[in-house]
This record gives sequence, structure tokens and C-alpha cells, in this order.
Amino acid sequence: MSLKQKIKELQKKREEVFSGGGEKAVEKQAAMGKMTARARILELLDKDSFQEYDLFVEHEARDFNMDKKTLHGDGVIIGIGKIYGAPVCIYAQDFTVAGGSLGLMHSRKITKIMDHAMKMRVPLIGINDSGGARVQEGVNSLAGYGEIFFRNTLASGVIPQISVILGPCAGGAVYSPALTDFVFVVDNISKMFITGPEVIKTVLGEEISMEALGGAKVHCETTGNAHFFSESETECFDQIKKLITYIPWNNTKKAKPFPTKKPKKDYKIESIVPGDPKQPYDIINVIRAITDNSEFFEIQELWAKNIVIGFGRMNGETVGFVANQPLVLAGVLDVDSSDKAARFIRYCDAFNIPIVTLVDLPGYLPGIDQEHAGVIRHGAKILYAYSEATVPKITVILRKAYGGGYIAMNSRHLHADFVFAWPGAEIAVMGPEGAANIIFRREISGAENPEEMRKLKIKEYKDKFANPYVAAAKGYVDSVIEPKETRNFILQSIEVSSDKVAERPKKKHGIPPF
Amino acid sequence: MSDSKKENSPEKEVVKKPRLKSLNIDGTKYKTNFTKSFEERKAYSPYNEKKITAFIPGSIVKINVKKGQKIRAGSKLLILEAMKMKNRIIAPVNGIIKKILVKEGENVSKNQLLIELE
Repeated sequence: MSLKQKIKELQKKREEVFSGGGEKAVEKQAAMGKMTARARILELLDKDSFQEYDLFVEHEARDFNMDKKTLHGDGVIIGIGKIYGAPVCIYAQDFTVAGGSLGLMHSRKITKIMDHAMKMRVPLIGINDSGGARVQEGVNSLAGYGEIFFRNTLASGVIPQISVILGPCAGGAVYSPALTDFVFVVDNISKMFITGPEVIKTVLGEEISMEALGGAKVHCETTGNAHFFSESETECFDQIKKLITYIPWNNTKKAKPFPTKKPKKDYKIESIVPGDPKQPYDIINVIRAITDNSEFFEIQELWAKNIVIGFGRMNGETVGFVANQPLVLAGVLDVDSSDKAARFIRYCDAFNIPIVTLVDLPGYLPGIDQEHAGVIRHGAKILYAYSEATVPKITVILRKAYGGGYIAMNSRHLHADFVFAWPGAEIAVMGPEGAANIIFRREISGAENPEEMRKLKIKEYKDKFANPYVAAAKGYVDSVIEPKETRNFILQSIEVSSDKVAERPKKKHGIPPF
Repeated sequence: MSDSKKENSPEKEVVKKPRLKSLNIDGTKYKTNFTKSFEERKAYSPYNEKKITAFIPGSIVKINVKKGQKIRAGSKLLILEAMKMKNRIIAPVNGIIKKILVKEGENVSKNQLLIELE
């Protein structure tokens, strides 16, 4: 056979595998509103950048007539490619081939590309669309999952790991996304759960649809398992591409800088925040008043909305924002918002992204449900994450900063590098109303007109303590600044921190309140 | 998530006042919105040892007591099968069976009241 013929043969073999699970299965996939695994990879990656590995891998299962079955690529596609020029390793499960079920060779392909990503220190993207373990392969498929989880764990904090759920991801399979940094889901397509509706019905008699149990909305709004919600696969890929521009390729690098742009003029920082600390406003407008081109890429925007996290750029450099949201639950810290912020802080710290914290909160949320849900343990995560972080840490106190909330939100006492406060900041143990009721209890109850006295004492407390100068007098606040000076103060803080040295005691690892 | 959605001028984003709720923290009432999970939080009800409830959803395999029967703490009340396990449900205190609210073979949901004591 001539080389030409051999090339033809290769092309034929490739075409054969490219057909996936065959015409019918591909049609079925389309009928579910889903793209094929190959189409997904090609749409997500830069044009002509995808290079595939292990195209001709075949399964080894012999039982249950499996030896007579050909499963193209064993139901998963792996390879490398680029996103806006950034190298990535990628795998995509092919639902058209045996329902994307995970057998031994399928898992070996995935772990191969994971090992590759780790060796080359480039981001890993996993597209999940699988019915779960390949039952015919028994414990071999469980072994496969375990090997994936192990690698997810070792890669955590070394390379960015992104999970994209574009179909079912059920049972043990769902723990791989849970171990990765960012989970993307699409409405009506993504389904994630440990036990599905059928099992729940047989075992417990409870009826629920797949969508209501573990659809995209549920994981974005209720569980917090997913980070990015979209209406379509195309929108989802756009989000992934955008995220890639904000993060570094690995933990020894910084995110690629962009050209600097000033914030848009629409965002007038001095008119966003009402003077009365009881009145709400959208904290995102303050972030946009500070960031380059007023851009802000929010993460988990539908869950625990009382805290806002996400990326923006300042002088072209990626910055992580953590900000209380007075518009929701007055911006309190609670179980969910502490979890949300703490994990993000650790992400930024692992990947050399400076953290800017914007503070305006009345404290932790009171309530029996919160206490019984373990707000002590969860709330401690945020303290742990800030204290542990060694990236540049900048805090701006906009308005209220009361009690435990003040300490938790990257205060000087958790060793923030820079703490600034606006002139309207109230740094105190609690709000003036509560404080006056405690400090002046006797004066109030003993007064002829207790209500009048209460008002008087609240005012007295307010004048004395509800300002930034008490904290500034102790050096807990470095500078009291005008709102319009905020961007410049942050920019210079980041600039001066570029070679920051912050030593932490050597240890195997800490024991955070997981 | 996307930048485009929120890029209208902040001044135009007037917070609609009637929709705001009030959250009292340390005596101060903050105007704000609630989250779904906050609004749907379960009211606390203290544990009542005279009300025997299902700690797990399952089915009643056998009922060992009758109405009016005197029982002692530790008496077997019924068998609740769940997750392929037959769980003996035991009286936490001495008492009399006031009411049996389930039948053998019945499926019960979590926290469903099974037996009342007096």
C-alpha cells in the first residue's frame, strides 16, 4: 500500500469514529436540544486549534456481549486546544456513544488528558454528558471515577479546572465537577444529582422531576453547586471563554493583563451609596464605578445574593471582588454567603489574584435556622480564608461595618494589607440603635420619657462612634478617603504589592472549617 | 454574569421602594430584599417527646401497640422500613397510646406524625 493509500485509510478510520454513536443517536441528541460532543469542542475552542488524542481507543469489556460492540472513542473525546490563544486540555463525553457511560478505557482517556494538563500546567475543561457508570464494566468503572476524583484533588489550586454540565451528570460522576473550580450549567440541559427521581420515588415515595431535583436553576439558585447559568450551550461557551481571559494558566502565573481603560462616566461613585445606612443600593454599581471599563464578571450571581463575588480588572490586571450586597438581606453574612465568599477568596489566593473587599454589612444574620445550620462553622470559613490568603488584600469600608461582620470582611485584624474607609463609614460593635439600648439601658428606662431619651442616646452614640475616625485613630483604618479617590487608592495598593512577601508557617496543610 | 445586562446607568436603576422588605438586626430596621431560602426558612418547633414522628421517609411494616395501651420508655412502638433497613421505633417516655395515625403497609414521609402519646 502506498503512503497515499494509507493516508486515505486513516481518513476513513477517522470519519468512522467521528460519526460517534451513529446517525440515529446523533439525531436523538439534537432532539434533546443538545450539540454533539465534537461540535461542542469545536465551538468552544479557537478555530482549527483542536488536536485530538486517543481517537482509536477501544473498550476491553468482554462480558454481557460487550465484546461484540464497538464504541467509538469509548464515548469520550480528549485533546488540547486554545481559547483566545490560551492553551487548554479538554475532554467531552459523547452521549451518543453508549449514553456517554464511563467504562475503564473511557476513564483512562479522561485521566490521560488530566495528567497532561497537570504536567503542562494548563487549564482543564471537562464537558460532562453521561448516563453514569457503564454497568457492564462493574467495578472497573467505579475505579475510573475514583482515579478522576484523585486527580481533580491534586490539580486543585495548581491548574484551573472547569466543569461544563451539558446533559446528565448523576451518581458518583457528579463529584468530579464538585471538586473543580467552576461549574457551568445550561437551562433544561444540565441535570446533576446523587440519586435520581426514580430511586427517590422507590425508596422514599417522594415524587420530583429531574429538572426540579437537579436542573440548572436549582444548582444556581438553591444548592450553590454551580457557578454560571445560561440559557443555551452557545451562551455557556461564551461565559467559559470570558472566564478564561480573567484567570491565569496555572498557579505560578498571573492572569494575562489587558489594556487599561477608565471606568465609564455613567457610574458616579458619589451618588450610588445613600447616606442613610438603612437604605439599600446595588453594590455592583460601586464595583463598576471602580473597575476598568466598568466591567464586572460576576460568579454565582443567583445564589447567596447577599454577597457579590467576581472578577474585574484594574489597570488591566485581574482583581477578585468580594462585596456585601445591601440590596439583599441588608448584605449580612450567613451560612451560604460565607461559603460563597470563602471559596472565592481561596481561589484568588491560589491563583495570584489580588482581592478587593467592599464592606457594607450590619453583621451576621440572626435566627434559629442559621444557628442550627452551623453559622459558626460556616462563618468561620471566611475568617480562615482571609487570614490564610497571602495575595494583596485591600479593603474599602463604604458604610456599615458592625461587629463580627467587620472583623470577617478582611479587616486589618485579619492582616489586610490596606484598609480604607469612606467618610460615612460606621465602624462599631453594632448599629447605634442596638448599642444605645445596651449602654444606656438604665438612663432610658429611668427617664421620664424613655422614647425621647432613647432617641437622644442613639444620637449620642452615633455622633461618638458611628464614624471611621475612632478606628483611624488606632491605625485600624489606613486612610479615610473620598469615594472618588477609591479607584486610585486601590490601583496604587495593587501596584505597590506586586512583590509582596507574606510568610506563613510551614505545614502540610491547615484544617479549615470545611 | 454577562456585562451587557447591567450596564445601564446606575442612576436609572431606582430601587422600587414598595417592594423592599424590612430586616431587623440589633434593633435597626434595614430596607432590603429577601432571598428565597430566607423566606422559605422553616419555623423552629421544639421537640415534643409525646409526638412520635418519622425520622426518615419509609413504610410502616408493623405496629406493635394499640390505642389506650400503657407503654414504658423503651417499648417497641412500630417498625419503620427505610433504605432497606427495618428501624424499631421506640417510646422515648412512659405513657399511654393516645392516637395511632398510620396503618401497616402505609408509606410515610419524613417528619410525619405516627403516634401520639399522653
